[in-house]
Amino acid sequence: MKLSVWTYEGPPHVGAMRVATGMRGLHYVLHAPQGDTYADLLFTMIERREERPPVTYTTFQARDLGADTADLFRTACRDAVERFAPQAIIVGASCTAELIQDDPGGMAETMELDIPVIALELPSYQRKENFGADETFYQIVRHLARPMERTARVSCNILGPTGLGFRHRDDVAEITSLLADMGVEVNVTAPMGASPQDLTGLGRAHFNVLLYPETAEAAARWCEKELGQPFTRIVPIGVGATRDFVAEVRALAPAATAPSEEGLRLPWYSASVDSTYLTGKRVFLFGDATHVMAMARVARDEIGFDVVGLGCYNREFARPLRALAREYGVEAIVTDDYLEVEQTIEALAPEMIMGTQMERHIGKRLGIPCAVISAPVHVQDYPARYSPVMGFEGANVLFDTLVHPLVMGLEEHLLHMFRDDFEFHDAAGPSHHGGGAARAESAGGASPPGPPEDISGKMNGADALVWLEAAERELKKIPFFVRGKARRNTEAFAAQRGVQEISVDTLYEAKAHYAR
Amino acid sequence: MTDMAPLPARGCGATPVLKERGQREVFCGLTGIIWLHRKMQDAFFLVVGSRTCAHLLQSAAGVMIFAEPRFATAILEETDLAGLADAQDELDREVARLLARRPDIRQLFLVGSCPSEVIKLDLAKAAERLTRAHAPHVRVLNYSGSGIETTFTEGEDACLASMVPALPETSERALLLVGALPDVVEDQALALLSALGIDAVRCLPARRSDDTPAIGPNTVFALCQPFLGETHAALRRRGARPIPAPMPFGEEGTTQWLAAIARDFGVSAERFEAVTAAPRARARRAVAAAAETLKGRSVFFFPDSQLEIPLARFLVRECGMEAIEIGTPFLHREIAGPDLDLLPEGPVISEGQDVDLQLDRARAARADLTVCGLGLANPLEAQGLATKWSIELVFTPVHFYEQAGDLAALFARPLRRKARLKIEAAE
Ligand code: SF4
Ligand code: SF4
Repeated sequence: MKLSVWTYEGPPHVGAMRVATGMRGLHYVLHAPQGDTYADLLFTMIERREERPPVTYTTFQARDLGADTADLFRTACRDAVERFAPQAIIVGASCTAELIQDDPGGMAETMELDIPVIALELPSYQRKENFGADETFYQIVRHLARPMERTARVSCNILGPTGLGFRHRDDVAEITSLLADMGVEVNVTAPMGASPQDLTGLGRAHFNVLLYPETAEAAARWCEKELGQPFTRIVPIGVGATRDFVAEVRALAPAATAPSEEGLRLPWYSASVDSTYLTGKRVFLFGDATHVMAMARVARDEIGFDVVGLGCYNREFARPLRALAREYGVEAIVTDDYLEVEQTIEALAPEMIMGTQMERHIGKRLGIPCAVISAPVHVQDYPARYSPVMGFEGANVLFDTLVHPLVMGLEEHLLHMFRDDFEFHDAAGPSHHGGGAARAESAGGASPPGPPEDISGKMNGADALVWLEAAERELKKIPFFVRGKARRNTEAFAAQRGVQEISVDTLYEAKAHYAR
Repeated sequence: MTDMAPLPARGCGATPVLKERGQREVFCGLTGIIWLHRKMQDAFFLVVGSRTCAHLLQSAAGVMIFAEPRFATAILEETDLAGLADAQDELDREVARLLARRPDIRQLFLVGSCPSEVIKLDLAKAAERLTRAHAPHVRVLNYSGSGIETTFTEGEDACLASMVPALPETSERALLLVGALPDVVEDQALALLSALGIDAVRCLPARRSDDTPAIGPNTVFALCQPFLGETHAALRRRGARPIPAPMPFGEEGTTQWLAAIARDFGVSAERFEAVTAAPRARARRAVAAAAETLKGRSVFFFPDSQLEIPLARFLVRECGMEAIEIGTPFLHREIAGPDLDLLPEGPVISEGQDVDLQLDRARAARADLTVCGLGLANPLEAQGLATKWSIELVFTPVHFYEQAGDLAALFARPLRRKARLKIEAAE
């Protein structure tokens, strides 16, 4: 039993839904109680999908238990095939149905439906959403794809994009056009946009581009083994990684040409003087391992940040993530407990977080700006405009994404100069940057959250410290957006030295100590 | 008692109900935790369930209220499924840890889920044991919010019903208001009742456990929500007597609801008129503003919260709408009776759901406004139907006079929006 409040990943059947919803012509018959239908709203609300996810839930009730839940499943299955006329169905159980052991896969197989029936075994009490997506896609590919003659011109499949993915829509467009620019055709993109029929033709491609290892690595490995298709290891997030990806593609497809870098602006933007102020900003990264590993490189090598810590919530990728952390000289945290992530962030006190929507909230509480770089997603992660994070345009988008939350360059100086101006007094707060006041976020609707509750229960170490009046006054002169940090640093400095009373001198000694 | 609009010649009281038993697209009772934990300020809700349950709560909340909320899920793992005895021990351990960290907690609800029920994890026994262990500071209760037992708002019903047997006994003649209302709305009701001279009023649930109401044979109770059937029955078993009335939505609903109580307490007609005249007039004016948009428009309700019948009554009688179908997940004849009697004959009343068939009906009907859950709203909008998300109706203050206008406006907004957007080229 594990106490959980907010989770980074849903149950594995939600992963299966992400595959089914991404595809066309596939239907998912899910043995599940009525409440599990909440998952539809993830797709219709967060992703603003115009269609219901292609899922039929059996919605068995207590009175059906022991009597005819199996019958319910068969009826639901038959009705779904009739109504939606899918090319294939996947069938499986949610956590509750797993316990009643009706064996949906076995039942569906004996129903003599004239379409492929793909049974899913997703252990709900052990695994999570990403595993569910990966396993589901693998099963579908394994059932449908066969070796076949390659296309005459060099082509690849793009594997991994699903429903409810972080920027999948635009990443696919960007990478498809990058590949086109190189003279490589895309045979099938899957799961997103593909039908079961399309998947039968996967084998025509010369190789696979694995865009999202979290959701398609098992399928890519199977294709490598059974269809003889090598797959790309590099995820093209950032300039360096995109160039490496290009090299990898060219090694797999010698006929491919170099793509144009004409629209690429990140390198110059990073080099231009305004960006001087980005140098050495301390950042912490958290999210799915793939995005975190790629973004660490962008942060350090392409923006000039200091990576002070990183982590991921998907244990499946703990090993490569830890290896990368060692290379960056930092500690990796692998956990799906957001309280642990929050504690880590608090202890590291970074100047910016690159994280998920969870870390955005953590950042709000701690007064640290956050750029969102990974799922789990939120309606904000589906911008109306084109905003990939992969490829060269993706790199441009990343520059904006990472710089926007920070008070920028010259502006920072101006704020210093005008710090006594009425516009910059405490109560004014920043007008749109998330970094300033750690105000409680409105819950929307009718019930605004109360004051933040103390979640740690631990004593605030600063309790014993006293700020002398003059020091307190001096502290108030520091611009509001760095004041919290100044206070924390000074207190930590004082505590380290066993100083009980903080004077103006202590404040400036601390400033000197932390200055770099 | 006062100038009430007459009952329709034929209400829906005797209308045959279309009963459906198919695939449902509704939340389970766990969802109620989202508003219950905000209402009961010293209560904690511990769901004993799966990752799905945790994910549901997070998704239904829509946003994450990021201070640690007063709810959590104890996620069952493989080992818990293997040995139930160990699961009980685990639960004890998790609860002890939680209560140590949260000394502000005075009531703990162990909330059953589908998985905990299917494996027959006895939460009643656990609650008893834990109450003994943590008395007197914390009382531990249990109820089921599982999807195999409860639909959406039935979770609140199960929660309140679980509290009833433990309520202290009294012989005081008092009124009990039943249902978790936002504090501001509850205060309005208390002020109105007090102005009527009814001061012995208690609320279930209370905001804090110190204010837990006592009940007994001289308690009369008025439901503020239509979905409280189990609580209704449990209160009766304790000897309390219900005051049947339409639900206090809109000017008319609020007036009739208050009037039923006033009659029971022997309030004079003059006093009733004096107290309610001004807020009634205000409510009518406020409703009239939104009703301009709603008048003559048709509405189709998917089943969701059991609020559908009283809300349809409000929309038809006070806003001039025409109801095509009113779906409800469950029809409690006794409780819904007064609202059904007011609702003019005409609409299909459906109970339960077969969502694909119902979608077919909704698409055929093409009502001006379709009231449905979040999973269906955008797909219907994409087909050109204006929709109102039903979940907002349970999260937003909508009861009594001062909210009558807001309630009408909630339904008017999607229509106003649809009328306002002009995205085609001007030409
Ligand atoms: S329907 Fe059952 S399993 Fe699903 S979220 Fe609700 S209680 Fe949990
Ligand atoms: S927060 Fe204020 S100062 Fe900073 S960019 Fe926005 S408007 Fe300019």
